[in-house]
Amino acid sequence: MTNMLQSRWWSWGFRSTVMLYFIVLIVCPIAGIYGQSLSGGLQAFADNITEALAWKSVLLTVKLAIISTIVNALIGTMSAWVLVRYRFPGRSLLNSLVDLPFALPTAVIGLMIMLLLGPRSWIGSGAEALGTTILFHEPAIVVAMVFVTFPFVIRAVQPLLEELDASEEEAAYTMGASRTRTFMRVILPCMMPGIVSGAMLAFSRALAEFGAVVLVAGNIPGRTLVASVYIFGEIESDNPAGAAAVSVLLLTLSLLILWTVNLVRRRRAR
Amino acid sequence: MTMRRLWIGLTVIVFAVLLVIPLLRIVQGAFDDGWSGFAAGISRPEALHALLMTGIITVSVTLINTFFGVMLSMYMVRASWLGKRLKAVMNGIVDLPFAVSPVIGGLMIVLLLGPDSAAGALLGKAGIDIVYAWPGMILATLFVTFPIVIREVMPVLQEIGSQQEEAAHMMGAYAWTTFWRVTWPQIKWSVVYGVILTIARCLGEFGAVLVVSGNIINKTQTATTLVYQDVENFDLTAANTVALVLAAASVLLLLTMEWSKSRKEVH
Repeated sequence: MTNMLQSRWWSWGFRSTVMLYFIVLIVCPIAGIYGQSLSGGLQAFADNITEALAWKSVLLTVKLAIISTIVNALIGTMSAWVLVRYRFPGRSLLNSLVDLPFALPTAVIGLMIMLLLGPRSWIGSGAEALGTTILFHEPAIVVAMVFVTFPFVIRAVQPLLEELDASEEEAAYTMGASRTRTFMRVILPCMMPGIVSGAMLAFSRALAEFGAVVLVAGNIPGRTLVASVYIFGEIESDNPAGAAAVSVLLLTLSLLILWTVNLVRRRRAR
Repeated sequence: MTMRRLWIGLTVIVFAVLLVIPLLRIVQGAFDDGWSGFAAGISRPEALHALLMTGIITVSVTLINTFFGVMLSMYMVRASWLGKRLKAVMNGIVDLPFAVSPVIGGLMIVLLLGPDSAAGALLGKAGIDIVYAWPGMILATLFVTFPIVIREVMPVLQEIGSQQEEAAHMMGAYAWTTFWRVTWPQIKWSVVYGVILTIARCLGEFGAVLVVSGNIINKTQTATTLVYQDVENFDLTAANTVALVLAAASVLLLLTMEWSKSRKEVH
């Protein structure tokens, strides 16, 4: 057995299989989608992107993703702060719950939010009493995006807060700085890299989200139709070129974000 | 002191409204018609078939990606036959599936292997269907879960360094023996953690599978796409029963994740 594994042919074949798997599974599909979107020439690509409904869906997605990212940056920073700094009963339970959105299937998340915001729930009926509806409108999409990307900021800020040297903070107090001033000058700058990289990952995930959004958005073209659902619709109505064009736009945006985050993280690690 | 109370209170409220209450609503929704409603929803032939489909996909994808994930991490950290440049490029590409919307992941497979593509037409003539059949669904899930194990294992391999492995090798141990005796015990818990994350992702994969499978009832429908279809049909109780099974599995996996995280830190 070991002799066979030692043989050069065996290890050569083994390496090629693993490398081939990588190329076929990851490299080919990405190359394929860029190829497909440009197969009709640049003009056709531009036409597919600037098609009114396509462009509107992209703009809507970016707008709602930005809103949900800001919401997440705020509540994520707050949650990370509370989870690291304070000791209270139920803290470790909350800490475990943070990862829940990553563990739950997105279709289940969509259904959960539908039940949470629907007309039969107290949030839904409360909104109705105020004369608005949430479900199948923009706010529902934002809630879905916030839910799905909830762990990113918290998980990025927590380790930074844990590492923060208590002496720096104490020094600031001893020198007579107020609580707010210490927070703004010492603690916030320490958390900032985590907030930014977490928020960027959350933004990229919010752009891409499909399962949770498709169930709660209503998907009215030009109004509540986000980019990923638009792509799905174009595939269903047999227009792969249109789907590929919008995909390439989203994909390029996400890739740029991902690579920036990786670059920043590697810089900091050095 | 009042500030402290305020922040803790706010956080607890955020967690309760955003995470806990929706989860409890699923439980409540599944039992809207009592036990019999839940039993009826879950014992529908299409529900059983969908759960079986999800099970098959999860098992095969987890096995394949765990194997290739561990091997690729070894190569990308250790292999001398890969150039430094190439390793850096591969490292940048591995994360691609994380950046891609699952719908786009599915679209890629349809474009490359669908009935309209050259490869798909060729395979179709040979009687092999990829898209709208199980091979495409497995491919889509393989793509989506590809980086998970690698991202867990690679940092550990980098951290432990290769000294012990080299020592074992110098003392005459075969590559295989070195891996099982020296490397494996050190990466074991990271692999376990990666496997749990992969299982969770396989169970929950929706967008990519929906595009590739065509969501054909009793044929290519998975648990998540069944939930979607039930919601579209306004059959919320039925949707809730299947969703509850999925959510229970996720919570169980989350608990296992916490447990393996604590083990990972010990080692």
